[in-house]
Amino acid sequence: MTAQGNQCGCGGCGCGATKPPSSAPADARRGFMFKLGAGLLGIGGVLTSIPIVGYLVGPATKRSSNLWVDLGELSTFPSGQTRFATFLNPIRQPTDGDSAKTACWVRCIDATHFQVFAINCAHLGCPVRWFEQSKLFMCPCHGGVYYQDGSRAAGPPPRGLFEYAWKVQGTRLLIDAGRLPGLEEST
Amino acid sequence: MNFAKATMRWIEERTGVVAFVAPLLFHHVPRNAKWWYVFGSATLMFFTIQLVTGVCLATVYAPSAAQAWESLNYIDQGVPMGWMLRALHGWSSNAMVVMMAIHMVQVFLHASYKYPRELNWITGVFLLLTTLALAFTGQVMRWDQDAYWGLGIGAAIADRIPLVGDQVRALLLGGPIIGGETLNRFFALHVFVLPGAAIALVGLHMVLIIKNGISEMPKPGAIVVPSTYRREFEERMRTDGVPFVPDAAQRDMVFCGVCLIAIVALAAVFGPFGPGGMPDPTLINTNPRPDYPFMWLFGAVSLLPPASETAIMLIAPAAGVVILLAIPFLSNSGERAPSRRPAMVLIALLTVMAIVALTWEGTTSPWSPVMDGWSSLPTPAKFTQGRTPLEMQGAVVFQYAQCRNCHELDGHGGKRGPALDEIATRLSYDQLVRQVQQGGGNMPAYGKNLDSAQTAAVVAFLATLHPDNEPDALIPGAQLPLPVGDATAR
Repeated sequence: MTAQGNQCGCGGCGCGATKPPSSAPADARRGFMFKLGAGLLGIGGVLTSIPIVGYLVGPATKRSSNLWVDLGELSTFPSGQTRFATFLNPIRQPTDGDSAKTACWVRCIDATHFQVFAINCAHLGCPVRWFEQSKLFMCPCHGGVYYQDGSRAAGPPPRGLFEYAWKVQGTRLLIDAGRLPGLEEST
Repeated sequence: MNFAKATMRWIEERTGVVAFVAPLLFHHVPRNAKWWYVFGSATLMFFTIQLVTGVCLATVYAPSAAQAWESLNYIDQGVPMGWMLRALHGWSSNAMVVMMAIHMVQVFLHASYKYPRELNWITGVFLLLTTLALAFTGQVMRWDQDAYWGLGIGAAIADRIPLVGDQVRALLLGGPIIGGETLNRFFALHVFVLPGAAIALVGLHMVLIIKNGISEMPKPGAIVVPSTYRREFEERMRTDGVPFVPDAAQRDMVFCGVCLIAIVALAAVFGPFGPGGMPDPTLINTNPRPDYPFMWLFGAVSLLPPASETAIMLIAPAAGVVILLAIPFLSNSGERAPSRRPAMVLIALLTVMAIVALTWEGTTSPWSPVMDGWSSLPTPAKFTQGRTPLEMQGAVVFQYAQCRNCHELDGHGGKRGPALDEIATRLSYDQLVRQVQQGGGNMPAYGKNLDSAQTAAVVAFLATLHPDNEPDALIPGAQLPLPVGDATAR
């Protein structure tokens, strides 16, 4: 690792006694080869990057569409009550395990009117709990509180609870689910 | 002996390893570089422990959302010394963050980032970011309830980014929900990308240390002048410096040895961190908390004013990084002694105090309701003695309607709202009715949720809450001490 050693190998420094002095055509050839090599590697690099970038950013470009999910018989959601319900996420992957399970709160206003709230607090997504006695949802993380209709009652949440679209099919309650609810849905 | 020497010569002639390493080991460092300088070495030692224990854990850990939690329990229960490896990895990660923080504060206080060591500081800032990213992704590896809901918090913050929030969140989670691809993304970051980045940055940090030398202890009046500093520093090292090995290294070795033994002892006594509850998002009776390196952030997001919360959450971290990176450019010459830079000392002191205070707040979380306070806490006997049946009924309503989740009686209950032991000395009967029914001051309105009999009972009970011989608040309609009608105040 001497200073002189570092200068060797460039072909032009003249320190290698065995190397012939470089000639002009050889230099021109070397310049062309270098540019050709850089160009070929550049093209190859771009071709390799396309699948890699596509693979990694794929989830961001996918349209995360929701799908109708069956929450169960209407009779399991008595009128005037708010009940806990779970479903398997419709766009789950084989490796999701328990994390494909999702919870929500179903409020039956009357036999034909429902509100289905996401479990996630509108502040930072922690799971809210329903308190039947005080008719409030409370969040254990930062103390967000919501009334039974999902509207914000107290604490840091910027809005009320997220709601799923619902419909009644025959005697069953369906919701439009599939993605973690988020603030952009409020706009 | 001759054989050993010959072997060394044989290897040296073919590798030049001694010629390469010797200057690293025996380069001269300042004579006065004493115990202040040991924290960087300790950080590096704990990083090495992380690499070794991390590779060991990866031989058993199943990086799959369906099996990660079970595999961690298997490591703890079924693999010989598995629990100890997990404990070492966890305790050493906390130690690495702590040592790095102390190292950074020391470098800041001594202004070692000034010329010519600006890039030492900048590589250090990137090492800090990489280490915190390792800590966060490591928490995800635990794949328990805290990991799941911690990701939910990360996703909710990403979601607040204007315009591209949805895409950023999907990129972070690897899909529209927290699931299998989320864990594998964070696994790839935690075991490949971030350790690789950290190793490269440590290498760069070391090269810069060798190139620029270790800074001397700051002396008041010893001014850094960029045009002459390097020549004078190198001259001083030649004449007055001491070789790193053994003069400085021995202190590093003693300190690192003590730290290592302490961490092994902590790991052996207290064991591994988690895994907590199983990562089933339908098990919602959980109380998600981040790991200690992020507890101050958890505390901070609880205390932000809601109106500016999103802006602060998104801008403050970026601003913090920019400020850290800008420090050596804002001032890279002049005095280094803390006694001549009182404002900088104050900034360091306030930053450390803020982080400690926010960590404490995050740990105690006084803003969080005590979710089972209403069902698990007894009513203090002194608040039930000599009460009328109506007042006793009010005490029942008080528990039943979850008031206790946010309000303390006799030191037990939530701290979200004020303790109510002496509420009757502050609010008159009418004011109590109003507060219960309409809420306000960050309290929900109970008017819709309690019938008039329940309201009458609970107010009758609250009206008894005052010390003996102290009068009730008797001014009807007086200005409430709590902010009224301002739902966003906290």
